[in-house]
Amino acid sequence: MEHIFYTLQDFMVHTKGITYLIMGGLLIALPLFWLFLTGRDEKNKTF
Amino acid sequence: MTLQTISIKSRLINNPLIKKVEWTPVNIVTAIILVMGFFLTIARFFGGLGTVTNLDDNNPWGVWIGFDLLCGVALAAGGYVTSSACYIFGLKRFHSAVRPAILTAFLGYALVAFALNYDVGRPWRLPYPVFYSPGTSSLLFEVGLCVFLYLNVLFIEFTPAAFEWLGLKKIRSFVVGLTMILTIFGVVLSTLHQSSLGALFLIAPSKLHPLWYSGYLPVYFFISSMFAGMSMVIFEGSLAHKYLHHKMDDTHLSESDGVVLGFSKAASFVMMGYLGIKLIGLAIDNNWHHLFTGWGLWFLFELIGFVAIPAFMYAVAARDKNVKFARIASVFAVLGIILNRLNISLIAFNWHLPSSQRYFPSWMEIATSVFIVTLGIVVYRFITAYMPILYEHSDYKHDNSNQNANSHDD
Repeated sequence: MEHIFYTLQDFMVHTKGITYLIMGGLLIALPLFWLFLTGRDEKNKTF
Repeated sequence: MTLQTISIKSRLINNPLIKKVEWTPVNIVTAIILVMGFFLTIARFFGGLGTVTNLDDNNPWGVWIGFDLLCGVALAAGGYVTSSACYIFGLKRFHSAVRPAILTAFLGYALVAFALNYDVGRPWRLPYPVFYSPGTSSLLFEVGLCVFLYLNVLFIEFTPAAFEWLGLKKIRSFVVGLTMILTIFGVVLSTLHQSSLGALFLIAPSKLHPLWYSGYLPVYFFISSMFAGMSMVIFEGSLAHKYLHHKMDDTHLSESDGVVLGFSKAASFVMMGYLGIKLIGLAIDNNWHHLFTGWGLWFLFELIGFVAIPAFMYAVAARDKNVKFARIASVFAVLGIILNRLNISLIAFNWHLPSSQRYFPSWMEIATSVFIVTLGIVVYRFITAYMPILYEHSDYKHDNSNQNANSHDD
């Protein structure tokens, strides 16, 4: 059932809260995906 | 059969131009589509929109805008993606993919402008928004100006191939000298109009379904155009390999796998980023509850079936160096872009209207779109048959090999 928000403050706290959680998840997930993507590439030493 | 009919028939058969065309089943179907398109064009321009379309006041934009324009522009993004990868980011191993990508982009944009005439009518007034009465506060003006300028940029970027074919060495070397500035100009213009096409729908929050409507629509359109372009380069490359293999030289053949795998890797990562920002869009607008409706299933079908799965397929292909798998993924990704643009412009647009008032294109609208795509394929085949697109011209091989050697030194 859809949650009812009585104030804009409630709505913003709720949606921003979830957005920040997703962004945190993406910050972890995307580098892991990059490691998966490049896992079998030949390693070129740049130093 | 009368004598006159026989004489016309024999004259047609003995015509050198017609004799040269091989009447294979594909060519016969192409000819039928082109003739049909010719008659539909006459019907549209002499009979008006009502003669050939199902458009009305509720649905003023139909399949000509949704498919020919929105999908055409997105899928033509391969031009700016490939040329910026090669010339701006210095990835010269993609050099052999630049000309086919530029040609596809040029034809794509040319057909967008061509198709737009069918929708707006009165072709002689097409320059009006740019030169006569520019509506500078309108997004459509920005789209029109960018497409006009970018079409010119793509034309100039394409001309070296034509000049090599015609043997115009001096003007060819002058235009090649403009490559970097044209590439930068192309990226700037593409960023502007790819996003603005999404921004066009910001004016219709009450018409577009909330799952597709978002304040981030311009960002979605721009990001999705990147992997649309890369997928189209892979897809078009696989078709060229199948049907125009004999036209390719050793450089193109040896570099093609690297292009497919490199673009797979890039497209995969961009698609995952796109998925991420789509999730953020859902969260910002608190649209989660819509996911559990029929529209939600359709939204998830688009997002999982045609973004997440192709992204994963691309990733596996890039890891395993599996070119065939990447080519299969590119088909899904291209279909996903088409589905996304059709969802936004047609399917999820006016979603709340009763089905009797919903828009479905007439067969003549679809046939006109088929005609326009066929026209593009015919021109592509003509250009690749005569001009050095899939191979390097023997007179200029030295130029390109020097260019590649310099990039490896960098």
